Amino acid sequence: MTTLTEAPSTIEVVTTGRARRARRRWLVHVGLALAVLAVFWLSLMLGRTYYPASDVIAVILGGDVDGASFTVGTLRLPRAVTGLLVGFAFGLAGATFQTMLRNPLASPDVIGISSGASAAAVIGILVLNLSPTAVSAMATAAALVTAFAIYLLSYKQGGVANTRLILIGIGIAAMLSSVVSYVLSGAAAWDMQVAMRWLTGNLNGATYERTLPLVIAVVLLAPVLLWLLRDLEAMRLGDQTAAALGVPVERTRVLLIVVAVALMAFATAAAGPIAFVAFLSGPIAARILGPVGSPVLASGLFGALLVLVADFFAQYALGTRFPVGVITGALGAPFLVYLLVRSNRSGGSL
Amino acid sequence: MSHAHTLRAEQLSLGYGERSVVENLDLSIPPERITVVVGANACGKSTILKAMSRLLPARHGAVLLDGKAIHEIPTKQVARTLGLLPQSPIAPEGISVSDLVGRGRHPHQGMLSRWTADDDAAVARALDVTGTADLADRAVDELSGGQRQRVWVAMVLAQQTELLLLDEPTTFLDVTHQVEVLDLLTDLNRDFGTTIVMVLHDLNLAARYADHLVAIKGGRLYAAGAPSDVLTETCVRDVFGLDNMVVPDPTTGKPLVLPLGRHHVATAAR
Amino acid sequence: MTATLAVKPVAHRVRRPVPVRVLGGLGLLVVVAGVAAASLTFGVLDVGWDDLVAGIGGAQDTTAQAAVLKRVPRTVLGLVVGAALGVSGAVMQGVTRNPLADPEILGVNSGASLAVVIGMVFLGLSSQVTYIWVAMLGAAVAAVFVYVVGSLGRGGATPLKLALAGAATSVALGALVSAILLPRAQDMQSFRFWQIGGVGGGSWSTIGLVLPFLVAGLLLSLASARALNSLALGDELAVGLGQNVSRARLLAAVGGVVLCGAATAVAGPIGFVGLVVPHVVRLLAGIDHRWLIPLSALGGAALLTAADVLGRLVGGNEEIQAGIITAIVGAPFFIWIVRRQKVRDL
Repeated sequence: MTTLTEAPSTIEVVTTGRARRARRRWLVHVGLALAVLAVFWLSLMLGRTYYPASDVIAVILGGDVDGASFTVGTLRLPRAVTGLLVGFAFGLAGATFQTMLRNPLASPDVIGISSGASAAAVIGILVLNLSPTAVSAMATAAALVTAFAIYLLSYKQGGVANTRLILIGIGIAAMLSSVVSYVLSGAAAWDMQVAMRWLTGNLNGATYERTLPLVIAVVLLAPVLLWLLRDLEAMRLGDQTAAALGVPVERTRVLLIVVAVALMAFATAAAGPIAFVAFLSGPIAARILGPVGSPVLASGLFGALLVLVADFFAQYALGTRFPVGVITGALGAPFLVYLLVRSNRSGGSL
Repeated sequence: MSHAHTLRAEQLSLGYGERSVVENLDLSIPPERITVVVGANACGKSTILKAMSRLLPARHGAVLLDGKAIHEIPTKQVARTLGLLPQSPIAPEGISVSDLVGRGRHPHQGMLSRWTADDDAAVARALDVTGTADLADRAVDELSGGQRQRVWVAMVLAQQTELLLLDEPTTFLDVTHQVEVLDLLTDLNRDFGTTIVMVLHDLNLAARYADHLVAIKGGRLYAAGAPSDVLTETCVRDVFGLDNMVVPDPTTGKPLVLPLGRHHVATAAR
Repeated sequence: MTATLAVKPVAHRVRRPVPVRVLGGLGLLVVVAGVAAASLTFGVLDVGWDDLVAGIGGAQDTTAQAAVLKRVPRTVLGLVVGAALGVSGAVMQGVTRNPLADPEILGVNSGASLAVVIGMVFLGLSSQVTYIWVAMLGAAVAAVFVYVVGSLGRGGATPLKLALAGAATSVALGALVSAILLPRAQDMQSFRFWQIGGVGGGSWSTIGLVLPFLVAGLLLSLASARALNSLALGDELAVGLGQNVSRARLLAAVGGVVLCGAATAVAGPIGFVGLVVPHVVRLLAGIDHRWLIPLSALGGAALLTAADVLGRLVGGNEEIQAGIITAIVGAPFFIWIVRRQKVRDL
């Protein structure tokens, strides 16, 4: 293929097109990252009491500021860190599943990955009376086991078909949700409140201790996920095309599932299954980004933004302090309708 | 092109789950020629193509690329030698033509290595060869079926492989676009010596464009060779179970198959 | 999907000889009777044969006889609700030409739940009667919504699209339920007992309340049987056979939704009965809806009542509600159906 003459005009078109896409990717990611940082910072300053930036900086640097040390250092900072990481993890995991399964509805929360975590947490809280840390550990383990079971049950004739994976996930989720209702029905009123809050997803109990496993998970797994994105992008062209392009499809799929499920599990353990963050972030990030590349990282950033904003809103805007999941759930419902209608009409993916 | 790559199947058996689809197939792909595989529905044509491009593991026997078992060669290395266009590839929503064609560069890039000027050049070449350069910035969703198929061919061309396998590249295209795509593939073969293997449904187009014709029946090789040797009345009757008449194509002299329905047999015999 | 429902059961032939169906029906009747007897017999207090007979006769001289008497409405409710769910599943699977149609999977139950919560909290409803109305309304709205949304776009209502639409709708409605209930501990208390499906609270008055709906739904479903047979061949063919497709589908769907809405209203959300029963009955009776619907009624009655008995036996003093048992039995069955289908049909 060496004898071909090059039409300079074509190569110009190709180069400028690629540069344009790269620029847009860069702008969107940097813009989202700045927005996340801004909201993160504001959530440290604002609240029932206002603390000026100087106080916040002093607290972060380890200084002792009257009042702020407790409110910012002990309450707001761990809460904001947890919210940011949880949203980031949910966003990454959600977009990974949606891209891999080529269906914007197939986010891990809809297809039952977090239902195992919910069932385990409810049992841990109501039946075994475990400490929050132990509940988190149990929820993580249960999410991993559930996902593994769904994968195994979808495995047939040397591969996992996307449709089968989705449907079996939904079936398992339906079963586990009835386990959750059963355990709830036998609970004492106070425990029931705790469990319901957990099930909705909230950042109230956020402490560094409870968030540490998530921090480690994100630090270890997010780079792996980003490293896999190139192969994931090739898999968007269909499994066969990707295999022909030299992507080890089944291996990549297993790796993607393991990483995304682990992110999902640790995030769920830290804050409960905050409704719809994994589901909403991918499609919205894809809209913002446009068709210029993988929406996964942008989705992670958007997830962080969504959780931080929704949590702030849930705490201060409504009179009662709601768990953050109530806000994301309420946002999710109309968006779901829009997404269902749109994606089904075009028959398209993300 | 110092030495051409070779591809052949040796005692190849294939299947899905319990079901066996292909048995004991020996098939050699002549280098730098156009090979067309024909056969009735569900005879295993596509399965053979998948196995030849290491997408489906062999049950017995092997597919040999340059004399080595294809499953033992690193998949990325295979992807730099052999390209495959499956029957229904999926274009991500909104993706632009040049972006999609660029995806064909995947096997030439490492996990960390950046996009290079070589990659741009390969994409530009692929667009030029397939006549899709003026579509480069359009979204693939907006294109017509024929345009879209040319874009997909451009995607595999950007892969810059000397072997090109295509699974029914003309399905869902009207006859004009079918000829357009086949002409394009012939250009590639004549101008650059690309070895082409494709599955086609239309026997007459197959006869016209093939240098080497392979007829598959029930997962076994029925005949292989020059179209005029392979495509006989007996062959069509055996492979497709169709009464027919084969006449020389007035334009090329290649065989032309005229199907005979139940209502036409008598006339033909007369 | 057209082809799947019409052709899939080929393994067990399209037309069953009548004796097989009659025998199957009689067999199911025997099973129903057996299960009903078991339901009257077992529980915290197991009763003997004599007391059973006497208790059914209305006597309550001994504790055992009193227990039987208390178990009669519960058993009747189990039979009626189970029958309704079985028929509803058969009709919905026929209307949507979808082997996975089930009130739980399609999100109908979550619609009923949300409606009940709204009724409790904002409309101040507190009686079973009013729950029934709002639950039925909620179920109907959710069913229509999920079906319309799931059937938009290419390929119509494929199992995948419907199931995803149903699952996503369930999650969304579930989030709204929590949003409403979380600050209201009192309502949360009353709701959670409703939310878990079971027939333990059955009484003659609740049965009386839903019976008209169930009868109406059953009649509508039976009347649609022939139309459903045509619909199974696909809309275009059905039109070709002289069927008024939209009207037939609407009538059948109303029947199915009324049945599962009324059942959910009295017994709470019970999943998977509507999914499992028609599939098993199809193995027995083939795909003719004129047989499928009545036999699904018998099968549903047997399954739900059996689940109720099992819950009593397994749970000991704290009995496990029938809805839990059906979910635990039904989910593996659902997975089995999914695995059995070809991916293309999903």
